[in-house]
Amino acid sequence: MAESPSGRDPLLRAVAISKSFPGTKALDRVDFTLQAGEVHALLGENGAGKSTLIKCLTGAYRRDSGDILLEERAIDPRDTIDAQRLGIGTVYQEVNLLPNLSVAENLFLGHEPVRFGLVRSSQRARNARTLLSEYGLDIDVNGTLASYSVAVQQIVAIARAVSLSGKVLILDEPTASLDRHEVEMLFSIIRRLKERGLGIVFISHFLEQVFRVCDRVTVLRNGRLVGSDDTAAIDRVDLVNMMLGRELAEETRETGKPLVARTQTPRVSFSGFGRRGLVEPFDLAVYRGEVIGMAGLLGSGRTETAEVIFGVRPADSGEAAKDGQPIRIGSTRAAVAAGFGFLPEDRKTEGIIGELSVGENIALALQARMGWSRPLSARRQKAMAEDFIRRLDIRTSGAEKPVGELSGGNQQKVLLARWLATNPDFLILDEPTRGIDVGAHAEIIRLIEELCEAGMSLLVISSELEELVAYSHRVIVVRDRQHVAELVGEEITAERIVSAIAGRREEGRA
Amino acid sequence: MNERLLPLAATVVIFIVAYAICYAQFPAMLSTRVIGNLLTDNAFLGIVAVGMTFVILSGGIDLSVGSVIAFSGVFIAVLLRDTGLPPLVVLALLLTITTLFGAAMGATVHYLEMPPFIVTLAGMFLARGMAYVLSIDSVPIDDETIQALQRLYWRLPGGGRLTFIGVLMLIVAVVGILIAHRTRFGMNVYALGGGVQTARLMGVPVARTTIGVYALSGLLAGLSGIVFTIYTSAGYSLATVGVELDAIAAVVIGGTLLSGGSGFVAGTLIGVLIMGLIQTYIVFDGTLSSWWTKIAIGLLLLAFIALQRGLVWAGDRRRGHGHASE
Repeated sequence: MAESPSGRDPLLRAVAISKSFPGTKALDRVDFTLQAGEVHALLGENGAGKSTLIKCLTGAYRRDSGDILLEERAIDPRDTIDAQRLGIGTVYQEVNLLPNLSVAENLFLGHEPVRFGLVRSSQRARNARTLLSEYGLDIDVNGTLASYSVAVQQIVAIARAVSLSGKVLILDEPTASLDRHEVEMLFSIIRRLKERGLGIVFISHFLEQVFRVCDRVTVLRNGRLVGSDDTAAIDRVDLVNMMLGRELAEETRETGKPLVARTQTPRVSFSGFGRRGLVEPFDLAVYRGEVIGMAGLLGSGRTETAEVIFGVRPADSGEAAKDGQPIRIGSTRAAVAAGFGFLPEDRKTEGIIGELSVGENIALALQARMGWSRPLSARRQKAMAEDFIRRLDIRTSGAEKPVGELSGGNQQKVLLARWLATNPDFLILDEPTRGIDVGAHAEIIRLIEELCEAGMSLLVISSELEELVAYSHRVIVVRDRQHVAELVGEEITAERIVSAIAGRREEGRA
Repeated sequence: MNERLLPLAATVVIFIVAYAICYAQFPAMLSTRVIGNLLTDNAFLGIVAVGMTFVILSGGIDLSVGSVIAFSGVFIAVLLRDTGLPPLVVLALLLTITTLFGAAMGATVHYLEMPPFIVTLAGMFLARGMAYVLSIDSVPIDDETIQALQRLYWRLPGGGRLTFIGVLMLIVAVVGILIAHRTRFGMNVYALGGGVQTARLMGVPVARTTIGVYALSGLLAGLSGIVFTIYTSAGYSLATVGVELDAIAAVVIGGTLLSGGSGFVAGTLIGVLIMGLIQTYIVFDGTLSSWWTKIAIGLLLLAFIALQRGLVWAGDRRRGHGHASE
């Protein structure tokens, strides 16, 4: 696509940036061009390489190869401080300022006005007030940063970054913890900075916001550049397709499975279930032998839904019932006791305990359910482990091997075995096929189908739409922390899901 | 009011109330004699507590200072007895050694990424051990300069004596206040206490600041050792056991957050005076065991930690509304 649409010299240009980590290629010859006076969205799902690219640009990572040009001069920032000196400032989602210092101290830390070796604190306060007034902020600059809202802290962080760098501003998910009004405030500031000629890189999961404030979008996927275009010229559905990695205008004939018989009461049901700031209240019923697929972009509320259901972050509204009986899920323990299982997305940090053996990892959930006063005998643990190793075809030299030494797909199966050992009635799988090889991928899908035939109820979250279509009886689409659509039976096609994610009205398209 | 000032305000209020109670019972306690003695008797603690304030503000702790004070006394006494070095050279030599000792601990904390608690605990044993190596007996000092410094005082109206070491403590406190609030080094110390990772991202020279903080604490521990030596006219390796804990207590009673990043050097000075006041009250009373000082200090500490928790909790609650973020 066009490299420099306006014909001006680009402000910041990254050319063929590559970066590898042991085992993965995080960035593969990615190009990125930012004009002055432009707000440029950087989009992509988890693992697309957005943050790696940002870290290469700001010197937080050393790139393996490629060039960075600022105003057409090659630069090589050693660290974020160096990048800031060169003109590239970054503001992160987690405000990277010091909550214990005052606003003025935060703004000028390391750059205080000094006379005779002493900081001129009243001069600093004056400068801070002047600086913040440019952002329409009139606050007591001597108050501690922590006494202000996240939105104000965010603006202070932006003011500091701009005053210290002044050419390029990178905003990494700046709106993630802001409410609607605060987002408006932030947007007006972004527009003002844009008019001053700054180049702004905007990273966000909220497509709505991207279309409202950005002039251009660049989409990454699996460490590669998928495309870059003007926001005005791009279609929302195409954008979602780019992010999810589907070929444009690809036709698929596949549809989901017919609805299961709903003679009995639902296995589990939730009404008005939600948690403020995490996911809006939703209704959901899952029947025996039913697979509910859940689709949506990263940060849309998919994982959050699972966490609320499983009591990781307990709901603050609504009711839950199991087989018609009301239950309370105030903690993960309560969820496990109710016969729920949850396979989280990030198995490294949330599930697997790498140093423990395969057998011990499998026994964990069952042991937790039985209570620690009645330990599983070593023999039973071994027998159980060997049974699952056979049933799930876990590739390991034995039940004694530390799980950390297995491949990703096999670790995933161990985690699955852990929950299956507790014989759950309702199992939640969050991205069960992410980061595992194709063979293991197919096996996990086969397992999902087997479990469902055996009468288990499943909720499967996935970004792989074809996969969702293959095994789901129903698909729930989540957008902006809301359950926005439910597709049933023949309605379940990848195209319909994409339309719903993109927020296009159902028009019988696809 | 600025919520940062609340713990300091609480300290000041407690000091005034405590003094008022003392005065009501023993009117003599407001005399310049008592005030002068309060400064003199607590000078060594005040000086070392200023250093401790910086360490705690940066998010660290320095357990070595009590031993360093004892080492200083023995070092001065032995060198004055056994060598012909002029007293001022001995004192300068001592300050150099304790400063380098502190800097070495700071470097260990930073470069080896060791917890300050462990590093300075090792420093505590090391300094105490060095004191024993120099002499296991109490070594009296009859050097004239030291004697002269001990006798040096300004007469206050009302018959009180403002001694040299009392003035030295006040000077140290004032300089400490300036360093903490009006220099870039001071800002960096607060920044470290707010979060090392964030401070680094904001360009704070973490290594230089960490080493500087422990070097400053070492320097002031050495100075405190000199003051203690002047005060007692002797060096003894068993002296000032547990003074590091008194210093920490003074810092916390002075309103500094033990987790770092928030507090005032001025508060520490008042913290030291509160502890001295309790001691003086017990002396005035005459019937109470001096162990009551420890009990009172323990209760005060508890109250301050509860107050600080309460403030943090109240702050979180106030901000919690409408920002149930990820």
